[in-house]
Amino acid sequence: MSWEPVIGIEVHVELLTDSKMFCGCRVDFGAAPNTNICPVCLALPGALPVPNEQAIEWIVQIGLALNCTITRESIFHRKNYFYADLPKNYQISQYDIPVCSGGHLDVEIDGETVRVAINRVHQEEDTGKSIHMGGGGRIHSAEATLLDFNRAGVPLIEIVSEPDIFSPAHARAYAQQLRDVVLSLGVSDARLEEGSMRFDANVSIRPEGDTKLGAKVEVKNMNSFRSLERALDFEIIRQTEAIEAGQRIEQETRHWDEEAGVTRAMRSKEGSSDYRYFPEPDLVPIVVSDEWREQIRSMLPELPHQRRWRYIELGLEAHAASVLVAGEADVAVLFEEAVGLGADPKQTANWLSGETTAYLRRNNTSIDQTGLTAAYLAEMTGMLADGKLSATAAKEVLTGVIDHEGSPGEVAAARDLIQISDTSAIETAVDAVLASNPEALETLRSGDMKPFGYLVGQVMRATSGKADPKVVNEILRDRASQ
Amino acid sequence: MSDYTLSEAATALRDGSVSSRELTDAALDRAAKSEAELHAFLTLAHDGARSSAEAADTAFASGRDAGAFQGIPVALKDNLVTQGIATTAASQILAGWVPPYDGTAVARLKDQGVVIVGKTNLDEFAMGSSTENSAFGPSRNPWNTDRVPGGSSGGSAIAVAAGSAVVGFGSDTGGSIRQPAALCGVVGMKPTYGLVSRYGLIAFASSLDQIGPITRTVEDSVTALEAVAGHDPLDATSYRGDRPGFRDGFESGVRGLKIGVVRELTGEGFEPDVEAAVRRTVDLLSDAGAEVVEVSIPSVDVSLSAYYLIAPAECSANLARFDGVRYGLRRDGETVEEMMTATRADGFGPEVTRRILLGTYALSAGYYDAFYGQAQKVRTVVIREFEEAYRQVDVLVSATAPTTAFEIGSKTQDPLSMYLSDICTIPSNLTGHPAISVPVGLDRHSLPVGFQIMAPALGEAVLFRVARAVEQAVAFEARPPLLEEWS
Repeated sequence: MSWEPVIGIEVHVELLTDSKMFCGCRVDFGAAPNTNICPVCLALPGALPVPNEQAIEWIVQIGLALNCTITRESIFHRKNYFYADLPKNYQISQYDIPVCSGGHLDVEIDGETVRVAINRVHQEEDTGKSIHMGGGGRIHSAEATLLDFNRAGVPLIEIVSEPDIFSPAHARAYAQQLRDVVLSLGVSDARLEEGSMRFDANVSIRPEGDTKLGAKVEVKNMNSFRSLERALDFEIIRQTEAIEAGQRIEQETRHWDEEAGVTRAMRSKEGSSDYRYFPEPDLVPIVVSDEWREQIRSMLPELPHQRRWRYIELGLEAHAASVLVAGEADVAVLFEEAVGLGADPKQTANWLSGETTAYLRRNNTSIDQTGLTAAYLAEMTGMLADGKLSATAAKEVLTGVIDHEGSPGEVAAARDLIQISDTSAIETAVDAVLASNPEALETLRSGDMKPFGYLVGQVMRATSGKADPKVVNEILRDRASQ
Repeated sequence: MSDYTLSEAATALRDGSVSSRELTDAALDRAAKSEAELHAFLTLAHDGARSSAEAADTAFASGRDAGAFQGIPVALKDNLVTQGIATTAASQILAGWVPPYDGTAVARLKDQGVVIVGKTNLDEFAMGSSTENSAFGPSRNPWNTDRVPGGSSGGSAIAVAAGSAVVGFGSDTGGSIRQPAALCGVVGMKPTYGLVSRYGLIAFASSLDQIGPITRTVEDSVTALEAVAGHDPLDATSYRGDRPGFRDGFESGVRGLKIGVVRELTGEGFEPDVEAAVRRTVDLLSDAGAEVVEVSIPSVDVSLSAYYLIAPAECSANLARFDGVRYGLRRDGETVEEMMTATRADGFGPEVTRRILLGTYALSAGYYDAFYGQAQKVRTVVIREFEEAYRQVDVLVSATAPTTAFEIGSKTQDPLSMYLSDICTIPSNLTGHPAISVPVGLDRHSLPVGFQIMAPALGEAVLFRVARAVEQAVAFEARPPLLEEWS
């Protein structure tokens, strides 16, 4: 029998608002432990939450970017569970009436567009951080646990997809594109390794063609796109083998072990909580009026898929457009500026995603630290079009420009890379070569083109390789036909 | 001097006939003489009170006047968070906790230059009707020390009745201001939900809790409410509109007003002397020109059941933060779970534990709809029926409690009969409407009877107007007989 995986993804994103979700404490991930705390986020007796309007505005932005319906009056719920780094021992979250519901994201995968339905985007708050001392940093063997409440109460949103994803690669593409959307909105730094963007995946398998969902397993602790894909690959194989061996899949939560490359069952107790959700009585409904929603919509920046489409219309290939959209924002800005100055889009994109990106990665630097400017890029595509640079020479010039050697013209001159496309100079060289090879000229004139390549080579050698081969070809053909 | 009302004290302070230091010393002296018998206070803030009093006297001397509470000795229920003064909510789990901040109501009183005499006893986390559930021992009624003072704001009611403070503040979740005020013969008022910020009130049931004043007179109740009411950006449920005028028509009597007597809050379970005092008061209002009608609000009968699901449900989450991790009591354990479990098992008293368990159960998967969900539906019905009633009448009236002060220990083994003490007061918490208790007489045991007036949301002005008319008509002058001994 052939099996089909069904995957749903829950993504948590920490918002980089000025202050926390329900108090005035600063959101600052680099601060010394327990310095950004107050009665509210420490849950001192008597303290009360007040919602952060900026966070609400931002979740509405995200909802609109993901084509969601924005709820006019949504409500917060309390999600009750005891944990040392959860100060109130309940999390203020949303339950049946979230801010955003029913959207979708169109995901590019292997040149195809696949739509992933989004169930909801809801607002909640983050917990503090537990630091387990001794015992290898694990809670059950730790000698002591230290608590840092700087993160407690930081606005968190959860984006929940429908079980609408059918392969690990598809899941990865969805997650990456979601990150691009969040980054383009500027509402989070969405760093996977630092946990400001985190994924949980629900995965089940079913016989291909079935519409009923199998028992789902929640997989946690994937800290990169790669580990998301690996964990899902592993889990699908594990479930398939288990079912084919006649076992039942238990609904449970499993932990991805990056080093071992396996998922492991967490203690069943942690997976089967009754959170006793009920409406948060300390808060009133969040009201997003039609006017506010439309005002937020009008301020939305261009989204990645929209930008990608615009780049394709500029003449870029789909892949090059995707690379530029997914890459560093300042590289894309430079691209746009160069194109604005008349640079050839396709050529510029190739240079930026090729040599330039490789250079940045190799030297672990950013585009603004290089000598590259929009004007230089425009100058270079101009020189290429005018025949002053060969494609090979252009790559060398680019390296020089990046290394602060000067403008493309200066670099090309200093490195002696300017092509001779001056017809009379090339004519002189061609005639001199022909004069010393009269037999070859005769052969050409008799209609036998065999020596043509040899003669081109001689001219290039005579001009130290700087003659524009196109012009050499033309002149030589002209002489042969005389 | 200890028996000044707020308006008398404010006048005397301003005409120089008394100093805040003298008022404060008199209050502390009264507390010192009566405390062994009454146990109204959990903390007496002697030094802080004297220095606040001296600061107030300096202000008066230099012509500064920050408001009606400048130099006034006040008693605060010990679930109101006070910076630098231990705040326990009468629970072992918070024993020794000294807050780093002031709640909004406290801060507003301090801005006026108040003198905090001390923090008063209560039922643990405000859960109870007799102040017997305090982890630090019960309080006693100043009219008869074999009797309870009511609760949960028993200590504040006693302090005002006994003259250990000019004004007391309490919190009212199901009658916790009005019922002890009734049992101690003073005026207790619960404002419209949202009128006074809950920031810095240790939460029992967030959708029901409201801070309010306990005073000797209705006039003082108005002044005290004015001092603490008003929008607070730190409380998302705080009322945002313009504050209604509390004194509109204050002295204009009840002529032309329509007063509804709630039929369901009479009869079975009500002591005859209580019923007689209520009838007598209603007759006086009628004589004063009010139109009196009987009004039926059937859902009053199920209010108590709804309340005992909603309040425990909210408290089960509100009290989750007391886990031994960040403050208060901590018991050792092998794991975090064991530490939390041991801390909570030792730190909470039996009534609090009972309500946390009730609430946890009512919110559990599979039970939510039948319990919490159903209770919220009943709450909606109660609100609707009261709103309908207020389309026919200006205010509703009843006894504040079905009985006068009962004997200490007489109901502690029977939670249900204790819960019935709040049958008259709970509906106003479910609706969020304002209500006040005014003393109107003594029963055959010389124990005070309270008369409750209820008004629609933000109807404080008509509430105070009727309360003032009651106060004038009944002319309740009696004071606890034991005052002689403590003077």
